[in-house]
This record gives sequence, C-alpha cells and structure tokens, in this order.
Amino acid sequence: MPINLRELWAYRDLLYFFTWRDIKVRYKQTLLGFAWAIIQPLFMMIVFSLFFGTLAKIPSENIPYPLFSYAGVLPWTLFAEGLTRSSNSLVQDANLLQKVYFPRLLMPISGILSPVVDFAIAFVVLIGLMLYYGYYPGVMMFLILPFFILELMLATGVGLWLSAINVEYRDVRYAIPFLIQLWLFASPVVYPVTFVPERFQAAYGLINPMAGIIEGFRWAILGTKPPSYLLIASVAIILVVLISGAFYFRRREKAFADVV
Amino acid sequence: MNDIAIRVENLGKLYRIGQTVGYKTLRESLMWVATTPLRRLRSTSHDPSAMSHQPNTIWALKDVSFEVKRGEAVGIIGRNGSGKTTLLKILSRITAPTEGYAEIHGRIGSLLEVGTGFHPELTGRENIYLNGAVIGMKKAEVERKFDEIVAFAEIEKFLDTPVKRYSSGMYVRLAFSVAAHLEPDILLVDEVLAVGDAQFQKKCLGKMGAEAQRGRTVLFVSHNMAAVQALCHTGIVLNSGRIDTVGPIGEAIHHYQDSLRRIETLSAGIQGVQVLAIGISTTSDALHFRPDKPLIAEMDFYTEYYLRNCYLNFVIEDAEGRYLVHFRTDLLGIYPTFERGLHRVRVEIPRLGLRAGIYTVWFRLYASNGEITEMADSERIMLEVSGPQVGGLVDVPCHWSWMPVEISSTRTPFPLG
Repeated sequence: MPINLRELWAYRDLLYFFTWRDIKVRYKQTLLGFAWAIIQPLFMMIVFSLFFGTLAKIPSENIPYPLFSYAGVLPWTLFAEGLTRSSNSLVQDANLLQKVYFPRLLMPISGILSPVVDFAIAFVVLIGLMLYYGYYPGVMMFLILPFFILELMLATGVGLWLSAINVEYRDVRYAIPFLIQLWLFASPVVYPVTFVPERFQAAYGLINPMAGIIEGFRWAILGTKPPSYLLIASVAIILVVLISGAFYFRRREKAFADVV
Repeated sequence: MNDIAIRVENLGKLYRIGQTVGYKTLRESLMWVATTPLRRLRSTSHDPSAMSHQPNTIWALKDVSFEVKRGEAVGIIGRNGSGKTTLLKILSRITAPTEGYAEIHGRIGSLLEVGTGFHPELTGRENIYLNGAVIGMKKAEVERKFDEIVAFAEIEKFLDTPVKRYSSGMYVRLAFSVAAHLEPDILLVDEVLAVGDAQFQKKCLGKMGAEAQRGRTVLFVSHNMAAVQALCHTGIVLNSGRIDTVGPIGEAIHHYQDSLRRIETLSAGIQGVQVLAIGISTTSDALHFRPDKPLIAEMDFYTEYYLRNCYLNFVIEDAEGRYLVHFRTDLLGIYPTFERGLHRVRVEIPRLGLRAGIYTVWFRLYASNGEITEMADSERIMLEVSGPQVGGLVDVPCHWSWMPVEISSTRTPFPLG
C-alpha cells in the first residue's frame, strides 16, 4: 500500500482547510472575483467557435459548435487547472514543508480539489448554453459523475508525479504551461474523437487518457456516440499513472524538506 | 517502557552543502548522470557512509542517543549550527534521519516557527482555523478553543481584518496563541520566545511553564539561558552535531557557558601574525559587566613583519549571531601601521549600553599589502552582562522632560517646515 490511508483520514480536516484556503484566496483582491471562473472557459469557447467552428469548419457531430466545444472546454479546464495547481503545490508552500509535519499528499490533492468550485460555476453556463440551443438536460446528465471522478484520478496521478519532481527540478514549473497547451490540442476538445481513425482509437485512449474522459462528458451531456474501447484504454492508463504516481511520491517525500 | 516519551538511538543526519544544496535543474542532473554513470550507481545504494566520503557533505547530527521520560522538560542548548534545529525537525518528522532512529510515544506538537501556514490575505479568524489545522488540530478542537485563543492573543478587535494588515506584534501574538493551545503529549519548542515584546514573552513563558507543570513532555531549544533554566530540569548540550553533555539543567548550562569561552579561532590568519590574547574588563578591572558601565577590550598580537594599511574591527554579537556592535577603523579613515613586534590594541566604550544577556566579543585585524587583504581573528570570548531583565536590545542614554503648554498655542511639537 503506497498510501497510509488511516493517517490521511486523520488529517481530513487539514485537507479541507488547504482546499478552502486555495478557493478563498484565489480571487482575493480581484474586481471580478468568481466571474473569472466563467470568463476563462467562455472566452476559450468563443475563440474556438470562431476559428475552428466558423473558419475551419471542423465537424461537431451535428451539435452546434459552441455547445460542442464548451462541453469539451469544461472538463479540460478542470483538468488543466488542477494539474497546474497540484504540480506547484509543494514548491509554493515550501515554507510549510520545512516547518510542520503533515502527510505531504494533502498538498497536491487539495490542488486538484480546489478547481472543482470553478468547475461547478462554469457548469451553470453550460446549462444556459444547452437551453439556448434547445437541449434539455435530463437524467443522463448524472452519467458525468464517473467521468468526473476518473478525471480527478488522472489529474491526481499526473499531479503526484509532477509535484514530486518539481521539488527537485524546477524545470517542471516552466514545462507545465507548455505541456498543457500541447495536451489541449492532443485532446478532443476542438474536434470530435471520430477524427482519429477507428483502428487507432484504443491507441489514442492509451496515449491520451483525457480523450476517453472528454468523450464521456460529451456523451453524458449531449448524447453523442458513447465511448468505446477508447475509454477502456483510458481507464487502464489512468490507474497506472495514479498508482505509479503514489509510489513515486512516497519514495521521494522523505527528502522533500531537505531538497525543496 | 511506558514512561518513555522519546527514545533516540544513534541518530545521524547528513546534509549536502555548497552548490548542490537546494534544487537543481534537470539539465544538471542529466549531465551528471551522463558523465559519471558509475558514481550515480554508488550513491543510490543506500549506504550513508559512501555518501559521507563525498566532498561537500556535513553531519548535522551524529551518534545522538538519549531518552526523555514522560512529563520531563528538557532544554537543548548549543551554539548556532550545533544541530538543535535538525534534531527537532527529525523528532517532528519533517525530515528523515540518515541513520539511526527516533521513537516517539504520543501526539507531538511542534512550535518550530510560529505563524507557519498563515496566509496574509485571510483574516485573523480564518487563519486561526487554517493554522490550527496545519499544526495538527481538528476543526472541532479549534472551535472549542477559539475564544481562548483570541483572548490570549488580545486581537478581538481585528478578528476580521486580513493578517497582512496586522502589526508584527499582533501577528506573532496570534500565531503563538494558536500554537500554545495545541495540546500535544510532547511539545517541541524552538526559540519562539525570541519574538514579541517583553510582556508577551513573559506570558508565553508562563503558559509553557504551566504546560510543563501539568506533566506535558517539553523539549525546549533556546539561546535564552534564563528561560531554559526556569522551564527545564534536564539539559542536553549539543556541539557540532554531537552530544556534549546530558545532565541536570544547571550543570548543562554551566558546561555550555564554559565551552563558549574556549571557542576556536576561525580565520586562516595573516602570515607572520599571531593573535596572543583577548581580554575584556570594566572600570577598575572588575569583571561585573553592567549596561551602564564602561567596557574595555584589548587584544595582544605579535607580528614578524612590518604591517601597513591595517584596519581593525571589533564586534559584539548576540547569541543568535547578530552583530550588535561592529566598530571598524576603516570607516573612520584610520589605517594604523604596526612595526615588527608585540602590540596591544584597545577599544573603550564609555557606556556599554547592552541589556542583560550573554554576548560574544572578538577582534579582527585586516592587513593589506596592496593586492591581497588578509585577516586574523582573535579568540571569541563571552561577555555576560547582568542587570534587570527588561525588553529591548540596547540601552542608550536618553533624557526625559515635561512642561505645561498653553492651550491657545496649537502648534504641534517640532513643527515641520
């Protein structure tokens, strides 16, 4: 067992307060406050609709392009934000690492959890868009839950790897924005997953587990084609990343206070 | 077995020093692996002794073993860099030892630095919860003690102000107050009393004393010998990462102060110059130093050569290594020359002006031959100033007066412009 679950449970209050702090502090001293949680994905969607939808005429499985891309931008933003915050979490609170003991795991995990609030706010816009285009949310909507959990698992796995590496090699801090941009275009956010030929679908899901997740979100929200083995491949790789991340993290965490 | 709170066995901690300290970039590490694959293999083997033979490593702690009984209050004393903080960091699990182990029975709470985990943007109220959770309290526990914490810190009026707007005094009071209300079985305290004003320090000492009385195990690191003596019954003296003495607190402090007097000279020195002695005295050679009495310090040295362009430094340092006094003849434009032979340098301070405490004093002689400047240090000796225990670092002369002022004259004192 790479994780001391009992200890983690004993420190659940601290996890709550770390997450709460991140949420609370995030929009402090901003004019627009939590509106930023909407502005970011909304403008991404508008830009995508303009360039990829209207100009490049990328097909969107017969769904209005703005709605199609927003359904992808929404889970993507959650992932990108969580990844960024958790990867930088240990370095950002280096002072805490050197002064107090608590399970180090709490820091990257709270980095994953705090963007969930932004996600919930941005979700309201999705409902608005759906109503505008005449898509009425139904019970199917609840099917995003498993994909949501899968997404948090993936973000945690990658976040564990990157946050632990970041303690020792600050290159990570500079690589992350770049990595996220590349990853965005490697994921079916602006294009449908059918862009990838049928026989490469499983390989695609294996290389980029976000493909299965975003596809799942679209399916649950808009009733597009249900995800197939692409999803199975994605789930498999998510488990591998998460478990290996936990092991790597545990191996490195003893030295964090000395190296950071 | 059950009455042991802490058992430490052969504890050792090896640190890398110099350029490799802290983080490296990926490129450096890749280069290192690529150029020396064999060395890489060797260092990953978990043999600390292999690592200790590498240059740039230092044992911050070595062969440290001791036991602390339940309810005991132990003072850990030693100079800066003697390993005190490293020891507390290992005990509180912040860092892992390189060798040996530490066994801890009971919930541990550490005050290694007050205010860690405070977020400047959050209010006092929010920070109490956050900081409480960081140091190991449950939410319910913080809620229960909330009023007590606020009252102890005396910040009722500013509870809903972001702490970035707090004065440093308020900040420290709040931080200490949260920490003081954690109720661990074992309390580790590192020098937190160095902060805050005298009155608050006294309050903190009282609180910690009460904890110790109540049978809590306390490990206390401080340079404040009076506080250590008041709080602890046992003392552990650390010297360069090793245990020097363990014993009753009075003996331990005595031993430590004794060792301060025989601290080695440190600098490389000047070719042909030998510092022979350093001495301090006050009026009529009495060795009783007081804030309002003079201090006279002298250094004797012998030089084989004629020394030109010299200048002299005289330093009084506090226990934390801060320079409280730093006299430099070069700043005064004084560059004495010394003929071959024996010399005595003397510096006189008409009124010492330092509060009661333990200080270190030393001289440094710089000599330049035009190209290189060399320096020679005297031995460092201890200066113990006695007097009333009051706040403030220095005691400079001042003059008070008062006078009646007519109401019609609305001018402010010392009008500007």
